[in-house]
Amino acid sequence: MAQRKGNATESQTIEQMDTPAWQHRHVLDVDCLSRDDIRLVFQTTDAMMEVLSREVRRVPTLRGKTIVTLFYEPSTRTRASFEMAAKNLSADVVSFAASGSSVEKGESFIDTLRTLQALGADAIIIRHKQSGAPYVAARHVSASILNAGDGWHAHPSQSLLDMYTLRRHFPDLQGLRIVMLGDVLHSRVARSNIWGMTTMGAQVVLCCPPTLLPDVFSRSDHGPVTSGYLPEVTIETDVEKALDGADVVMPLRLQTERQEAGLLPSVREYVERYQLTVARLRLLRKHSVVMHPGPMNEGVEISPEVAYGMQSVIEEQVSVGVGIRMALLYLVIGGGR
Amino acid sequence: MKAEPLLIRGGRTIDPSSKLDDIGDILLQGGKVVGVGSGITAPEYSTVIEAAGLVICPGFIDLHCHLREPGYEHKETVASGTRAAAKGGFTTVCCMPNTNPPLDSAATIEYVLAKSRAEGLVRVLPVGCITKGRQGKELAEMAEMARAGAVAFSDDGEPVLDSRIMRHALEYSLSFGLPLVDHCEDKALSAGGVMNEGWVSNRLGLGGIPAAAEENMVARDISLAQQTGARIHIAHVSTAGSVELIRRAKEKGVRITAEVTPHHLTLAEDRVMGREFVAAGYSCGARGLPSDSYDTDAKVNPPLRTAADIEALVEAVGDGTIDAIATDHAPHAWEDKVCEFGLAAVGISGLETALGALMGLVSRGDLELNTLVSKLTAGPSGLLGSRAKGLGSLVEGFAADIVIFDPEAEWVVQEQDIVSKGKNTPFKGATLRGKVMATIFEGGLVYRADGLKVRGAK
Repeated sequence: MAQRKGNATESQTIEQMDTPAWQHRHVLDVDCLSRDDIRLVFQTTDAMMEVLSREVRRVPTLRGKTIVTLFYEPSTRTRASFEMAAKNLSADVVSFAASGSSVEKGESFIDTLRTLQALGADAIIIRHKQSGAPYVAARHVSASILNAGDGWHAHPSQSLLDMYTLRRHFPDLQGLRIVMLGDVLHSRVARSNIWGMTTMGAQVVLCCPPTLLPDVFSRSDHGPVTSGYLPEVTIETDVEKALDGADVVMPLRLQTERQEAGLLPSVREYVERYQLTVARLRLLRKHSVVMHPGPMNEGVEISPEVAYGMQSVIEEQVSVGVGIRMALLYLVIGGGR
Repeated sequence: MKAEPLLIRGGRTIDPSSKLDDIGDILLQGGKVVGVGSGITAPEYSTVIEAAGLVICPGFIDLHCHLREPGYEHKETVASGTRAAAKGGFTTVCCMPNTNPPLDSAATIEYVLAKSRAEGLVRVLPVGCITKGRQGKELAEMAEMARAGAVAFSDDGEPVLDSRIMRHALEYSLSFGLPLVDHCEDKALSAGGVMNEGWVSNRLGLGGIPAAAEENMVARDISLAQQTGARIHIAHVSTAGSVELIRRAKEKGVRITAEVTPHHLTLAEDRVMGREFVAAGYSCGARGLPSDSYDTDAKVNPPLRTAADIEALVEAVGDGTIDAIATDHAPHAWEDKVCEFGLAAVGISGLETALGALMGLVSRGDLELNTLVSKLTAGPSGLLGSRAKGLGSLVEGFAADIVIFDPEAEWVVQEQDIVSKGKNTPFKGATLRGKVMATIFEGGLVYRADGLKVRGAK
């Protein structure tokens, strides 16, 4: 049954799904997804979450399809989540481990991709240290490319699962005040969420020391920032002001290398000024939630009491992640296209 | 060197060195210019080029290119690079010393000159290193290299970071009177950067190179040039701030000159987001990145900057703050560029597209044609010392180096037409206006385009 929109589709099961409105061969970032596209991902995820609630958590939807995970950077949760998603849909899964050192030794990314293509991959899920690598891949192979995180640039499946999680706690993302707290400069999660969450009508506040904020957000002489090429976000370096009245806060992982790079005097001072603590959490609105894209540095950007507290939805993000990734795989190589 | 006479007839002859801009003829014989004027009759057995509607001017001089030899012959050679030069209208090219081994001794300078005599289609003037092995630690034997034929010195690609060494290099250069060509980059500020720092780098999640990385070094070296009284030439100026520093230094009488590349005069940082993005313009509604984004052909050092920088650079060419336009032709092999953006080599293959790209500025009214010709001929010639005497000029008795171009002809840059080994140009697929029709080096035709009207002796 081809029902494009409306509440009726939300109760559809995977067996009833039909998604002709999906037009994307790849999932490279959230920036190219419209509000309707994102809603369609959510509806598809609803059906996948239903599958995950069954006794046998497996459907034959992608039987005969080959899905490759090509990870050039270490990852535990994203890789496991994608592989579990692919297996739940009965796809054949090939894990291709490529270390950073093999790239430095001269093993070509393009050559690897062409090899995977020749082996019959229908979808290639790429995690890469270099921003833009999935775009290069999409130009060289006909398989669907799913970006599982590229450099500082984008992490679309993470952003979609973050938004899906919020959708379970708030009636709508429209008008929510969402604070990204911490190392925005180096965060692909923040970049994708800025696109996704503003597309869905949320207000995004970036809160961090100026050394971890991309220079472009704090300058007024960059015309395109306000003309649609970068969504408008609010900058607030004072953590108390940023959190005041917020609905959602997402502390970002702080890597200790930032101190060595001269971006911070010490992790100690960062903790004192920016850690999400129980006291700071009280500044948020009632029913607010705490998210984290993982992996966490407990005691650095977030206190353990908050991470495991009542308002934390961090574990829910992880479990929703499998459903989101099932939906994306389904949309790009299953029913959607 | 061609002994037979060659007459070029009826073109618009522009020679900024002698303030000439008139319709006329030029007669070449014995590798030299023997007549400039109107109504020159062709001697018997001469070849005649009909140049009505075309521009005739001195062969272009490129102060800054990479011929990659010795060491990186898979990227370019003296043979392939000078062929690209001839196709682009250049009759003299200065090649940079970041080869393997680097050109840091008289022997390596002589090697390049010998290669050029044997295989070069146009004149090659090598630039030697400032420091041994481009390491920035000890001065290279610059005086001996000058005697062997080096025309300038540079550690191009690597700035001389140690201010004391740079000071001594400048002082030492006073004894042989050749300029130091300065690649200005504060490596601490540019570290991790692969494109201009700004909204595009943030958008793409790429490390940025701030304008200050260049301007810091321009400022340092202006003060060292002032201190020592030596000549300094700022290579590939890319920011409005550098322009301002150079302008003020010139006003104060510092012996400073500067060059800018065609790509920094015509392309902005958003080109990294792909040709589709730039073609669509800022006002287009689509938010997703185009499929050709992270275009490694637009990865270059210094990086493509902003529209405001372009405006300042074009103005600086017009008002004389910038003395020369140089290509920084940096050819690379396929595998150096077809890869992840962050891992791709920096540089643009620029000899063949220079005129077409620059003529765009002329047809938009941003630059006078005479100014443009001057920055490719008399401008660079004046910076090169005695070995360049008479180059870039159409005066009788000087070398018969000439380019003939059609200022109106449109052509599409296509990969298969590029004769350089480096196909890495962001102008690929672009339609350029302004096309080289013929290049004459020491009286001999080294390049002719289809459609050129030639008759007479073979």
